[in-house]
Amino acid sequence: MGEMEQLRKEAESLKDEITAARKAVQDATLQDTVSGTVVVSRVQLKTRKTLRGHLAKIYAMHWSTDSKLCVSASQDGKLIVWDSYTTNKVNAIPLKSSWVMTCSYAPSGNMVACGGLDNMCSIYNLKAKDGNVKVMRELAAHTGYLSCCRFLSDAEIITSSGDCTCVLWDIETGTQKTVFAGHTGDCMSLAVPLDFKTFISGACDFTAKLWDIREGQCRQTFSGHESDINAIAFFPNGNAVITGSDDATCKLYDLRADQELITYQDSSIMCGVTSIAPSLSGRLILAGYDDFNCNIWDSLKAERVGVLAGHDNRVSCIGVTADGMACCTGSWDSFLKIWN
Amino acid sequence: MSNNNASSSLAVAYRAVKQLRLEASVRRIQVSQAATDLKNFCLQNAHKDPLLMGVPSGDNPFRPPKSCGLL
Repeated sequence: MGEMEQLRKEAESLKDEITAARKAVQDATLQDTVSGTVVVSRVQLKTRKTLRGHLAKIYAMHWSTDSKLCVSASQDGKLIVWDSYTTNKVNAIPLKSSWVMTCSYAPSGNMVACGGLDNMCSIYNLKAKDGNVKVMRELAAHTGYLSCCRFLSDAEIITSSGDCTCVLWDIETGTQKTVFAGHTGDCMSLAVPLDFKTFISGACDFTAKLWDIREGQCRQTFSGHESDINAIAFFPNGNAVITGSDDATCKLYDLRADQELITYQDSSIMCGVTSIAPSLSGRLILAGYDDFNCNIWDSLKAERVGVLAGHDNRVSCIGVTADGMACCTGSWDSFLKIWN
Repeated sequence: MSNNNASSSLAVAYRAVKQLRLEASVRRIQVSQAATDLKNFCLQNAHKDPLLMGVPSGDNPFRPPKSCGLL
């Protein structure tokens, strides 16, 4: 038992070392640095399109890299691929399990994936020769629900699960390449940066973790939230991460300084954040909340500069197109709205 | 039985320490530099951020060039 006590002491001392090292580089704050920057003027986005067709709560949506098509998942048991310019449904894919919680569009546009309470990630080929969209692979191994999935390519996908792990899969063989273990609570969300070398995960242990994909290791852990992290995204410069939590706040963590730089909160906001996405320059952070709204934050000044009000139920998902032209919100009210 | 529990708790504790050592060894930059880089990125890219700058209706793929009837 002596060894256990020794290890416990060493863990505590390492945690203190990390806290001290983070403090040692705090020669300024983000607030100081932007004291001369003017707050963004009020942002008023309008609903340009409403995508109607789902018959139950929408849990997830993801834009295609072409900034025109997007996929949404609803507990009506369907994945719908939409042409957001025309509002036409390109594909309506019936799912084996209606308890879907996430969906993803492959960067190539060739596939979509989804998963949920079935603990599996199902991959669908959109470009089959016979024109029918069907299941290409079912990635099964998680022992908990699938909360999020993101393609690295047509050959690889990363999933996050209620079993507290994230997994990198080989789609062709349907096998797990790497298991990323370390979170001590359900993994709720993940995001991949443009270089595909790392990914970040947010979990119910209140932390966000940065993982090295090839090494299979957690490189950094970010704390500070006081409740589950439901949403996570990379800041467009790839050097920072934004999170949204049940503690009603969003936070920005800088990867190179290894710490939180700012919190986006307001005493009037008391409900959880469900989804988060940065605008193209990162100056705006759009976050969906349980109170049916989406708040728009000035990321540098940490002030609320706009609201997207239009849904009749919780905003469950949000996404900004790769070209930055529009943002899409998906809601439990069964509609998706396109705003700009 | 208790031996197995003890050795697996030890393994978990050992892994936790190993992980903390890795995270402690991360090279950190000054917050002033990180914040400045963040600010500069936002300001330099602001002009091409459609949601920030607004999209002229002619260039908006989500808005038809002619006005539609009220839906």
